[in-house]
Amino acid sequence: MKMTGAQILCESLVREGVEVIFGILGGAVLPLYDALPNYPQLRHILVRHEQGAAHAADGYARATGRVGVCMATSGPGATNLVTGIANAYLDSSPIIAITGQVARPFIGKDAFQEIDITGITLPVTKHNYLVHSADSLAGIVKEAFYLARTGRPGPVLIDVPRDVQIEQAEFHYPTKVDLPGYKPTLQGHPEQIKKAANLINEAHRSLIIAGRGIIISGAYDELKQLAETAQIPVVSTLLGISSFPESHALSYGMIGMHGMAYANLAVDAADLIIAVGMRFDDRATAKVSAFAPHAHIIHIDIDPAEIGKNVRVDVPIVGDVKAVLNALNKLLVSTERVDWVQQLDDWRKEHPSTEIRDSDGLLPQYVVRQIYEATKGEAIIVTGVGQNQMWAAQHYWYNKPNSLISSGGLGTMGFGLPASIGVKVGCPDSIVWCIDGDGSFQMTIQELATIAQEQVAVKVAIINNGYLGMVRQWQELFYGKRYVATALSCPDFVKIAEGYRIPGLRVKHKREVTSAIERAMEHQGPFIIDFKVEPEENVYPMVPPGAALAEVVEAPEKRKKAISDSAKLPVSNI
Amino acid sequence: MATKHTLVALVENKPGVLNRMASLFRRRGFNIESIAVGHSELPHLSRMTIVVDGTTAMVEQVRKQLDKVIDVVKVSDITGDNIVARELALIKVKANSATRSEIIQIVDIFRANIVDVASGSVTIEVTGDEDKINSLLSLLRGFGIREIVRTGRVAMVRGGSSPSRMEKKSSNTHAKRQKDK
Ligand SMILES: Cc1ncc(C[n+]2csc(CCOP(=O)(O)OP(=O)(O)O)c2C)c(N)n1
Ligand SMILES: [Mg+2]
Repeated sequence: MKMTGAQILCESLVREGVEVIFGILGGAVLPLYDALPNYPQLRHILVRHEQGAAHAADGYARATGRVGVCMATSGPGATNLVTGIANAYLDSSPIIAITGQVARPFIGKDAFQEIDITGITLPVTKHNYLVHSADSLAGIVKEAFYLARTGRPGPVLIDVPRDVQIEQAEFHYPTKVDLPGYKPTLQGHPEQIKKAANLINEAHRSLIIAGRGIIISGAYDELKQLAETAQIPVVSTLLGISSFPESHALSYGMIGMHGMAYANLAVDAADLIIAVGMRFDDRATAKVSAFAPHAHIIHIDIDPAEIGKNVRVDVPIVGDVKAVLNALNKLLVSTERVDWVQQLDDWRKEHPSTEIRDSDGLLPQYVVRQIYEATKGEAIIVTGVGQNQMWAAQHYWYNKPNSLISSGGLGTMGFGLPASIGVKVGCPDSIVWCIDGDGSFQMTIQELATIAQEQVAVKVAIINNGYLGMVRQWQELFYGKRYVATALSCPDFVKIAEGYRIPGLRVKHKREVTSAIERAMEHQGPFIIDFKVEPEENVYPMVPPGAALAEVVEAPEKRKKAISDSAKLPVSNI
Repeated sequence: MATKHTLVALVENKPGVLNRMASLFRRRGFNIESIAVGHSELPHLSRMTIVVDGTTAMVEQVRKQLDKVIDVVKVSDITGDNIVARELALIKVKANSATRSEIIQIVDIFRANIVDVASGSVTIEVTGDEDKINSLLSLLRGFGIREIVRTGRVAMVRGGSSPSRMEKKSSNTHAKRQKDK
């Protein structure tokens, strides 16, 4: 049957099981939008800025494990998507970005709203396409979805000229893709797995570093089995949080620049690191030359290019994390590692990194903890970037799989609010809290309109410290407290919310926190709380830039117990 | 230690594939010494020979990144293999009746060809490895060189096997690489 390009695209999206598209239209996608109403399966959510569309698609993808879709017109619509696409790229999130393009005869002529979006997004997409004819469209959509969700997931962009959307072609949805240059390795090499098992069976102080690859691959049970069988403590990267229940006796929290002191000390003292689905980002490793100095490293990842990129690896295993762990678990002998686990517990007692100090003031950490208490840990937390993000990572306990959605690789302020729209739309039965910074929030604040229009029931906690707080912290600690351009004069967020017809509350005192959170939860729709927190509170523990993980610094009031150089570490006697 | 590496890539004949590869080198801070592209023995596939300077570890990282480009079917670093490597150069040299015969003699020694003769110059075509072309150039320099164009290296592994036969890239190469460790 003959169809227009626009119809072919919509039909193809339906075949891929798409249920929602986040987007904004414009001249170059008008034919496409004109076809949309004939496909009621495809819910369109009108955002207020294309960056929001990409973040929403990204949030949807991370929360559901399905491919998220965003759409924009040519030129500025397409360029507005770029930050969101880059964000998805760095965190391996599967999204499809569909952009309109000027009609084929105008391409290359600098026509109105023509931009080379495939050129611009080349380094931030897993792959991208400029569609040259309507009859190639179905095949391209099929490939794009396949590429986005398989192997190491990532964003794929499809640029569709306006006249291709109108052109008629025969519609056949292909059943297979033919990509000779793309064959992800799923099964780990048996020899390598055997080597890894031998190392694990022999090590005394092994440690698992869990990354987002576990979440992507759904390897929660396999990870738990690995940890429990061999009694191996588990720490995680920022994006690995919620791959392993934090209430588990073998869970020791996040590593890295703002990781738990005991987790960082464990990395430093370990004799074997089992890095699973993570990529040794510098925020996680700190000074890379001093990373895990005593350890052999087993690295399991689906992307061969990650192996050996940042750290030397003794046993690389390329493959899907779930498949590899499954095979690995069969070769493990159950072991007790009482001394090592005891050592970690001692460190945790000596360095209670998640302890919140006593204060009459309104502490951001306390706000996060109360959200945990009120939601009983059942919520999905979406964060902004900065201090708010680190406190959300540190002071909420993630026991539910895949319950932290955060911008890790790109660290994109403004991610929180639109991403939480995607999360809530994808998981309507989950409680979704967006813990945001006052600065981050204002970068995509216009998505409050989307939330109001679509009645997306997200709860927003603004950690309002009146500062670009994380940058202020660096100015305080490393630039002689010279605060340059970090103070924010914020609008009245409750009034702003009210303007969008979203109810809100302002909280200035500790005693009001719990009741405000409860009010927000009782309310059926979206709700905003503006928490006026201590303006100059800092995030600790902290590994100063350039320092090694073992040089982790505790909050000043905890310093008396802190270890500031690795020489003091009891490495030799364990 | 940084040395010259020869990479051979089999790529799909699609618009933008050269751009994707070049962009990757730029992004990872690599200078391409030379790149030569043309059709391969397979329809829809081109073969590229890329010469880059870098340590083995750095080049291996780039090779793996290139391998991730969807349109790239296979990339190998054939530096350590037994290879045939050739380059073609066209060299336009100043020549007059006094120097022409001497130039012809040099050209003969190098088994090069004169492909064009004009009143004030001759154009020489030479094929060989970089060393041969460089030595010819140094001998011709004295006559005055007007213009040089070089194709960059094209290379192939000696012997019976063809890389396109081992197309099932990922699993085999990774398995092999992992085993080598
Ligand atoms: C788009 C973007 N611009 C700038 C930065 C640099 N940056 C990192 S954290 C931060 C401050 C964030 O302020 P806020 O959202 O109020 O969070 P806080 O640290 O105060 O909790 C800035 C400016 C960034 N990460 N992203
Ligand atoms: Mg702030």
